[in-house]
Amino acid sequence: MKYSAFSIARNALTGHRHWPRQWRSPAPQPRYDVVIVGGGGHGLASAYYLAKEHGITNVAVLEKGWLGGGNTGRNTTIVRSNYLLDESAALYEHSLQLWEGLSRELNYNVMFSQRGVLNLAHNTGDVRAGRRRAEANRLNGIDSHWLDTAGVAKVCPILNTSPSLRYPVLGSTFQPRGGVARHDAVAWGYARGADARGVDIIQNCEVTGIRRDGNAVTGVETSRGFIGAGKVALVAAGHSSVLAAMAGLRLPLASHPLQALVSEPVKPVLHNVVMSGAIHVYVSQSDKGELVIGAGIDGYNSYAQRGSFHVIEGQMAALIELFPIFSRLRMLRSWGGIVDVCPDASPIISKTPVDGLYINAGWGTGGFKATPGSGHVFAHTIARDEPHPLNAPFSLARFTSGALIDEHGAAAVAH
Amino acid sequence: MLRIPCPWCGPREEIEFHCGGQAHIARPCDPAALTAAEWADYLFMRDNPKGVFAERWVHSAGCRRWFNVRRHTVTHEIVAVYRIGEQPPPDGAS
Repeated sequence: MKYSAFSIARNALTGHRHWPRQWRSPAPQPRYDVVIVGGGGHGLASAYYLAKEHGITNVAVLEKGWLGGGNTGRNTTIVRSNYLLDESAALYEHSLQLWEGLSRELNYNVMFSQRGVLNLAHNTGDVRAGRRRAEANRLNGIDSHWLDTAGVAKVCPILNTSPSLRYPVLGSTFQPRGGVARHDAVAWGYARGADARGVDIIQNCEVTGIRRDGNAVTGVETSRGFIGAGKVALVAAGHSSVLAAMAGLRLPLASHPLQALVSEPVKPVLHNVVMSGAIHVYVSQSDKGELVIGAGIDGYNSYAQRGSFHVIEGQMAALIELFPIFSRLRMLRSWGGIVDVCPDASPIISKTPVDGLYINAGWGTGGFKATPGSGHVFAHTIARDEPHPLNAPFSLARFTSGALIDEHGAAAVAH
Repeated sequence: MLRIPCPWCGPREEIEFHCGGQAHIARPCDPAALTAAEWADYLFMRDNPKGVFAERWVHSAGCRRWFNVRRHTVTHEIVAVYRIGEQPPPDGAS
């Protein structure tokens, strides 16, 4: 159905009892042309673009839990494209441009809010890296620029820019087109769009094995039986290594907890996204009024979707240092997601040595921002059996060739 | 917060330690003879099991010594702790 002001008015008159379900809940078919493993934003976006751009609609998305219940629902929803290297800038900017038209594209309000992203610098190394990144961004046509301390104070007046800080704010990069989006709506919007084009979205269906005939993939074993597939695409974030191992592949990934938390809701007070890689916190204010706060990963491997309290303690100390005004806010809830960290802090969107098996993984701490672009180029990779020019550099083969794409600085999250 | 039994100092809080990733990765004896794929495997490819994982930790704010831990990556239970150079105790895990 088409959402509109008219449909809202009509359903209001009938007590909102007649809204149709946004997608079907079909039983799995015995075979699909493409099976996508993982019903998060990236998997659903991949299915959507497979159907829309490539006309491949005999597709299933298998999700072991519920849609968007993994990292899609657990991140801090920051969207930006201010990455240093040409390869990353092109990929993330492609994604940002898709974000800019996404609500209209999906006829679904993803609440994309381009409120600007600050990446603060607290020492001369930060300043050099930040300026270099901003200039590199400008050469790539990305709207990032450098602000001095006074400029930062103007953009974000509640930020403590006093020189008496232990690590004073010496400046910041600023990307005005960056911002935040409503994470659940992204998954739901893509799910609805994919479903409308014939994609089967199958929840509570865990993949337990990948079947091969020689070097070609033939399907997946699941908790709901065997499902045949011409092509299998793994988009499982923290569980990518576990799935790849089912196909006999080893990946350069380590799964870590990444925690976040929200405060009690308050009136609008913070109008941008503020990130500090050095003293390490990032924060924005949701439309509900809660501060959404994140920082670095826990140092050990884990699949537990929880982490250690001292990480939260550290990020709250950094938050209070930067925003003394928040010192009396109470925190409401915290959670963890499992992120698949790559050695060069860049993703893997790639074919694999197994025929018909594709992988989209390694987004680590920064996958949400790339959801539309990732799905878009991954769909191309699956449909054509060759990478889109934008994701060709992000192949699994780069770890053998040595052509790594080191974005630890721009990732802005400690690994 | 994990409570990690350092084999030299006894049980201490996690904040005194740093995790050094997968244990028992031997540096190749003849590096010049390695193919690019073998280098990639040594440098980048890692076990990342959902289950018991052999990893190294260093007691940074204590004795500053490295040691090995076998820890479950879902329950975070520490199954075994042993010194560098020692064989892991048999616990049935890979």
